[in-house]
Amino acid sequence: MTRLRKIVSNQIFIPVAALLLLALFNLIADPSFYKITLDTNSAGNPVLSGYLITILDSGAELAILAIGMTLVTAASGGQDISVGAAIAISGSVMLRLLCGPDANSQTLLMPIACAFLIAMVVSMLFGAFNGILVAVFQIQPMIATLILYTAGRSIAAWINQNQLPVVVDPTFAYFGGYIPGCAVPTPFIIAVICMIIIGLVLKFTNLGLYTQCVGINERSSRLNGLNPTFIKILAFVIMGICVSVAALIKVSRISSINYSVIAQNIEMDAILAVALGGNVLSGGKFNVWGSVIGAYVIQFLTTTLFKFNVSSVALPAYKAVVVTLLVVASAPAVREKLSELSKRLKSKRSAKEVA
Amino acid sequence: MKKLLALLLSLVMVLSLAACGGSTDTATDDTADDAIVSDTEEADDTEEADTTEEADTTEEADTTEEADTTEDTSSSGELISVAIINNDPNESGYRTANDKDLQAMFNEENGYDAIFYYSLKNDEQIAYAQQAVQAGVDYLLLSAADVSGWDSVLKDAQNNGIQVILFDRTIDADESLYVASIVSDMAQEGETAVSWLESQGLEEYNIIHIQGVMGSAAQVGRTGALDSKVESEDSWNLVVQQTADWNAETAQQIVQSVIDSGESFNVIYAENDDMAKGAVAALDKAGISHGVGGDVIVMGFDCNAWALEELLAGNWNYDGQCNPFQAAYIDEIIKTLESGGTIEEKSIIMEEQGFDATTITQEDVDNYGI
Repeated sequence: MTRLRKIVSNQIFIPVAALLLLALFNLIADPSFYKITLDTNSAGNPVLSGYLITILDSGAELAILAIGMTLVTAASGGQDISVGAAIAISGSVMLRLLCGPDANSQTLLMPIACAFLIAMVVSMLFGAFNGILVAVFQIQPMIATLILYTAGRSIAAWINQNQLPVVVDPTFAYFGGYIPGCAVPTPFIIAVICMIIIGLVLKFTNLGLYTQCVGINERSSRLNGLNPTFIKILAFVIMGICVSVAALIKVSRISSINYSVIAQNIEMDAILAVALGGNVLSGGKFNVWGSVIGAYVIQFLTTTLFKFNVSSVALPAYKAVVVTLLVVASAPAVREKLSELSKRLKSKRSAKEVA
Repeated sequence: MKKLLALLLSLVMVLSLAACGGSTDTATDDTADDAIVSDTEEADDTEEADTTEEADTTEEADTTEEADTTEDTSSSGELISVAIINNDPNESGYRTANDKDLQAMFNEENGYDAIFYYSLKNDEQIAYAQQAVQAGVDYLLLSAADVSGWDSVLKDAQNNGIQVILFDRTIDADESLYVASIVSDMAQEGETAVSWLESQGLEEYNIIHIQGVMGSAAQVGRTGALDSKVESEDSWNLVVQQTADWNAETAQQIVQSVIDSGESFNVIYAENDDMAKGAVAALDKAGISHGVGGDVIVMGFDCNAWALEELLAGNWNYDGQCNPFQAAYIDEIIKTLESGGTIEEKSIIMEEQGFDATTITQEDVDNYGI
């Protein structure tokens, strides 16, 4: 009994349960959902394919962004809504460096790693800009990031003079596709690497503890010798790193960019992933793994809806129904009520036993 | 005090960012503002020139304009003044091409004194239109951001004897308020594409239909033609019909989902080039051949230059044009009106063609690619 309560009250219970429920639904509706086959792609490499692989592949960017968004949420008690626009900027910088000012270079003008690192620095600077507005000038995170949200896509278009660079070199497509000889989709590998890094950082540094302190009570953490301003800015800078990794995958998937639609509304999905993970959106305690699972729940749902060929006009409505249920179930207020209820039941029972 | 200082500093930062972010916009705005007193070519010059020179031009503009025009009359006839209100050229590749085309037509060499205004916001566009009416231009060319709200300013224009020509987009206003509207017929684009597909003579058509943003004019037109064909023919089936919101990655996921399900298909009908590109990425991943001689026919719309190159390389099969080149049509109308003629048909539909990968040439790519 107590063990069950412990499991239920665990923060990642709801996202895991949602994932299992979706998985069960698919198992009953059509077991072939889980079929995984080894095919060859048009470049002649062996690749794994199947719905599960598609989910792991397509959900990679969202999972990476969910990591950054969790830290930002925990430290600042608000959300970064400029993520999609920042991805456009970061991707645009990468393509500008690889394809040159005329956007028509047939060969790569610099190593991909080099272009990626520069794009990462740019993203970190934009992250720091957001962080400074939030931490130093005490602006509401949503308002502070609204600036970049509005201007970001124009900046991205301006970086490439609104041209459409297309990367011809096939090695660039590896990051959003497959590395020859490796049957696992690269985006998933990149996401796993990111998870390992953040896992190690949280385990071996005080980042997690400090972030939590600042989110719970800024003043008392300052009195205890922490620097809340620095911690908050750091959270936004880490978000910037996540953005640049997601941008690399996004532009690599199609070897090109469309400034106005790339990663559209992805910030909303990332915030949703954080909420589904059972994290309090007003900051404080957090669980990165909950958010990552939340991100895969969203992708699982999207792929399921595509599989069942839900009509285009009804798609958002279906998604809304499921999301509403999940968010309500994982809301801290609902959880508190539930645990209170179970406590009362228990005390009633023990009272009976005494009688 | 500290709070006030923080507020002030943040304001400064926000403003400076806004200035950086919109640098292209401000540049065009400058051009437009300058152009009220001088013409576009001069405006371009003044941008580069130093401030004193600019001041000179503005001062002289009033006094010397008459002299200028008389000079011009002797050489190339009187300039026709037009105000062009368009959407921001950064909006899309289509708009960039549209703006380039208009800039190339409406300049001094072709006998026009043109002012360009850009905005994606309807209210700003209306304000620009009012400015243009006050400046007393001869023609007002308009691609409205939104269909409504134009009545009063267009009435003002009419009372001041300004002729209004709509291009690219229509508005909800009385027909008497404008002389002509030049638009694309999206339904016709769909018809052209579907009849091309029919001419391929496949035994069975199993189509993955990837739609644009639901309810947009391009989506409604391009979907309509295919829908009615699928309904009327038994051998035409939709394997899937789904919106990808013009987004390449979503299109990739939709096609991936069909591949995962193991259903067979032989046509991809994507309502723009980006989505066709995403679909092809999914095909490549699964090792399915496409294009000329391939297992799957790939169709796109809009004729981006890179898409036409895919056609030329035989990776895709068809690309339908969405014509952004309206300047020649507008020029013709103005010439007719200037010579005292009348426009009989108010709504003019542009010629739009589809390109086949087997017949496309490098010349087509250069001429029609946007």
